[in-house]
Amino acid sequence: MNLTLRIWRQSGPGDKGRMVTYPVADISPDMSFLEMLDVLNERLTLAGEEPVAFDHDCREGICGACGMVINGNAHGPQRGTTACQLHMRHFTDGETIDIEPWRARAFPVVKDLVVDRNAFDRIIAAGGYVTAPTGSAPEAHATPVAKANADAAFEAAACIGCGACVAACPNGSGMLFTAAKVTQLGLLPQGQPERYTRVLGMVDAHDEAGFGGCTNAGECTAVCPKGIPLSTIGRLNRDYLRATAKRGDTPGT
Amino acid sequence: MDLWQEGDPIADTTAPDGPVETRWDRRRFAARLVNPANRRKLTVIVVGTGLAGGSAAATLGELGYRVKSYCYQDSPRRAHSIAAQGGINAAKNYRNDGDSVHRLFYDTVKGGDFRSRESNVHRLAQVSVEIIDQCVAQGVPFAREYGGLLDTRSFGGAQVQRTFYARGQTGQQLLLGAYQALERQIAAGTVEMNSRHEMLELVVVDGRARGIVVRDLVTGEISTEFADAVVLASGGYGNVFYLSTNAKGCNVTATWRAHRKGAYFANPCYTQIHPTCIPVSGGYQSKLTLMSESLRNDGRVWVPKAKGDDRAPRDIPENERDYYLERMYPAFGNLVPRDIASRAAKNVCDSGHGVGPTGLGVYLDFADAIGRLGRNAVEARYGNLFEMYERITGEDPYRVPMRIYPAVHYTMGGLWVDYDLQSTVPGLFVIGEANFSDHGANRLGASALMQGLADGYFVLPNTIADYLAAGPFAPVDANHPEAVAARADVEDRLARLLAVDGDRTVDSFHRELGQIMWEHCGMERTDAGLRKAIGEIRALREQFWQRVRVPGDGERLNQALEKAGRVADFFELAELMCVDALHREESCGGHFRAEHQTPDGEAQRDDERFAYVAAWEYTGSDRPAVLHRENLTFEYVHPSQRSYK
Amino acid sequence: MAVTGIVLVLFLIAHMLGNLKIFTGQTSFDHYAHWLREIGAPLLPGVWFLWILRTVLLVAVLAHIGAATTLALRARAARPVRYAHRRPVQGSYAARTMRWGGVIIGLFVIYHLLDLTTGALNPVGDPSRPYANVVADFAPDRWYVTLFYTLAVVAVGFHLRHGAFSALRSLGQQTPRGERRARAVALVLAVALCAGYLAVPFAVLTGLVD
Repeated sequence: MNLTLRIWRQSGPGDKGRMVTYPVADISPDMSFLEMLDVLNERLTLAGEEPVAFDHDCREGICGACGMVINGNAHGPQRGTTACQLHMRHFTDGETIDIEPWRARAFPVVKDLVVDRNAFDRIIAAGGYVTAPTGSAPEAHATPVAKANADAAFEAAACIGCGACVAACPNGSGMLFTAAKVTQLGLLPQGQPERYTRVLGMVDAHDEAGFGGCTNAGECTAVCPKGIPLSTIGRLNRDYLRATAKRGDTPGT
Repeated sequence: MDLWQEGDPIADTTAPDGPVETRWDRRRFAARLVNPANRRKLTVIVVGTGLAGGSAAATLGELGYRVKSYCYQDSPRRAHSIAAQGGINAAKNYRNDGDSVHRLFYDTVKGGDFRSRESNVHRLAQVSVEIIDQCVAQGVPFAREYGGLLDTRSFGGAQVQRTFYARGQTGQQLLLGAYQALERQIAAGTVEMNSRHEMLELVVVDGRARGIVVRDLVTGEISTEFADAVVLASGGYGNVFYLSTNAKGCNVTATWRAHRKGAYFANPCYTQIHPTCIPVSGGYQSKLTLMSESLRNDGRVWVPKAKGDDRAPRDIPENERDYYLERMYPAFGNLVPRDIASRAAKNVCDSGHGVGPTGLGVYLDFADAIGRLGRNAVEARYGNLFEMYERITGEDPYRVPMRIYPAVHYTMGGLWVDYDLQSTVPGLFVIGEANFSDHGANRLGASALMQGLADGYFVLPNTIADYLAAGPFAPVDANHPEAVAARADVEDRLARLLAVDGDRTVDSFHRELGQIMWEHCGMERTDAGLRKAIGEIRALREQFWQRVRVPGDGERLNQALEKAGRVADFFELAELMCVDALHREESCGGHFRAEHQTPDGEAQRDDERFAYVAAWEYTGSDRPAVLHRENLTFEYVHPSQRSYK
Repeated sequence: MAVTGIVLVLFLIAHMLGNLKIFTGQTSFDHYAHWLREIGAPLLPGVWFLWILRTVLLVAVLAHIGAATTLALRARAARPVRYAHRRPVQGSYAARTMRWGGVIIGLFVIYHLLDLTTGALNPVGDPSRPYANVVADFAPDRWYVTLFYTLAVVAVGFHLRHGAFSALRSLGQQTPRGERRARAVALVLAVALCAGYLAVPFAVLTGLVD
């Protein structure tokens, strides 16, 4: 396959950045999208140009490091698939492909397609955990968890923190990411004691990081490589309403 | 010149003797403690944020130490532990199927082909029970039964169901549990997190590990960081083979730099090759993808009986198929341990029976399982794996059998540590895959997660106190001659890499190195092959320093420069791996020497000569490594020939 | 957004039911219109209730617009650099047209008040004869009014289709099954209101009401 790539190049946070066109030839349909970029980078290096910087690590769709907007789609055209697992057989010979970084104020561009997603870490640090210091745990079978709840918690826990939800959201909101963790921990008995302080802390951290507000547009769940359902946001909303109603500190609730 | 030299024997002096069941208790009692008020005066550096590093940093923070944590990824949550699929072992005996701490201990020593320490393995089995409790308390969504209790499955040839799992994403869920605990400590101010920072050198002052030199991967800034102890949790070195199931960024640099500063490297040749990976499809391939071993519970492995048979698999009649694992190992069939399944696949492919465009693949067929259980049941068990396979290959495994081939997956070797997980450099602790300690010559399935978390949550936080009790040590600053020298080394190396400005890319060298290693130091090794490999590695390394091209500069994010530094270290490690493989004239676990096999092609150990840990001392880049032997004794599990017939 | 939206939706339902009275004939419709001014009497003096209702609606509309503006500004701030390649819509068009749809509806409401409340833009323009006003409004030769009215009602339909679902979600609807139900409710509401509101102009246009 021969393709024309239009890639966002930006040498650093201070640079304005621009789309630059590169032709690539002899691409195998069995290559992954990132392997196609590897091929480009090998050629750029030998031609004395700087290769395109992009985040990637496991290349099997689980670490959440990779992420780029391909023809306007976060992670590209195939649903339920990260950029690293997207294969070139989903493109046609001669196609022009636009490749851009995640665009959000909370995810500033570091270089080319690499963005800084530490805002997600700050949201987790603001409450996305169960306080269970090492050694303090009761026997694992002390508290059974209904299978339906365990399964739903798992579904939400599958989030890989890639940030595609933010990239696709017309509002630049990180609510799906935040809601996935709130839902996972809120569905488990272990997460109950901190349920309301958690949601308040995480939503505050989300807003402080500069993400936009959620309008339930649903673009996030459509591009989510792990299919985190939009209903998690309903759970977050419900917990948030309850938490703001009683600030989570009323004893006996 | 000799390839290696004999050195003095080495011994693990911190392991208590006496009954194995009480050793861990007695060690904890004998170890000195650090008063809670003094802990905040002590700083610990932790490199790596996977299961071992993440859990250690979080736990040390909870205890009140000042922790500085480093990872090269953009977030601690991305460490490669996240990709572990299958599960985590624990001797809970929830199934009432005869499991016990002793049985897990026994299975692990035997599975490691009698090349691990009984004391360590027993401790691992004991602690396994607490890990599950800890993770459940953190909200890890393990699979559960309808009654709400934890589900377990049998894994990797174990005859008891002791593997806890969270669908095919157990590593992810356990890592996120540790990551969340870590983030909690970051918010509490006990842990300072430095993501996108890579450790490039160890600083040793007055014989103690006192700090590291790190490069900020975004700004390129080099800095020297100090502490009272340094913990390496930087994972394994499978990427020396270029193609492996490791993440692209996995590297040996942290441990290799420590090795060059005096930490012995133990058993580097023990490499685990995983039998069920998606085969290579072309020269551009950048990594290999593992398909969970659990697939072998229901899939049947076969190749055509006729060589070079290129008919579509469904057109090959039953009597023209060779279900070779079932034929050769009737007792275990498709569930034989990883090393055996891998080598069997290599052998059938080498003899011309391989399938797929490259001839390097065997079928893993679910037709029988679908016929027996129905498509829905198979989908419930393996749906996500089947989807992943289809995404990558474009083939539907419900209709066409999967093609699989072995790939490098895990490295049992690593820095030598004593029972306290301390290396030969005082104050340098090594945990998780980065050390060599618990798996011997072969790791059992679902034991990596167990070891990482055991080290990080329960072992290290206890043992490190014994060392830190002597601290705080005299303050060191960036002007200390050792610190200045370490920093200058790093800067010089980076400058040299950038200055070559040759005509080959880093990846092209890495790929070539990987081919040499896979060919000669992979699933099957020979004396002649290893000697040839050492020559080729040296020649290629020389080429590398003359012809590599690293574009850009060191003042900003430069992924090519990062890669170049890692590949440079892989060259040195690769040579040591071959030397280790060459000197070990026996076959055991993940090390198979063609000269040492039973008449029917099984690994033949030589307990008389090789029941020891080979701990290698670095003496200079062009000088032979020095071999220190740590003898292994077996009081509880007596060495026997593994048999899965 | 959700609370003010629900107030407005309740008004829309009541307003539509009132509109449909036109099918019961001129006397009945005019009588209904006059009755609106008397609700609450004799407890409240005449037209008071109407003004209370108008105040509530105005507050709701202003709060709704205010919240929408805040969200829009936050969204704009959250993405300072736009994508070069426009994102294809993967969620729903209704969700992605909320802001423009809202503006169109707002403009229409202003026109609608001038037309049928104050009568300023109505060819008859006699507040005491609402039936005549309506029939004059949608006369076949004033097809452009009907067209504008139709477009506005369709915009309301789209707005509601996402708005009603989104309101339920914001107020804590949280299960996947409930989500399907909420989407169905939103769709039925949107279609029913569209049909109800469009019945009047088309009845006039086709001569069913004259």
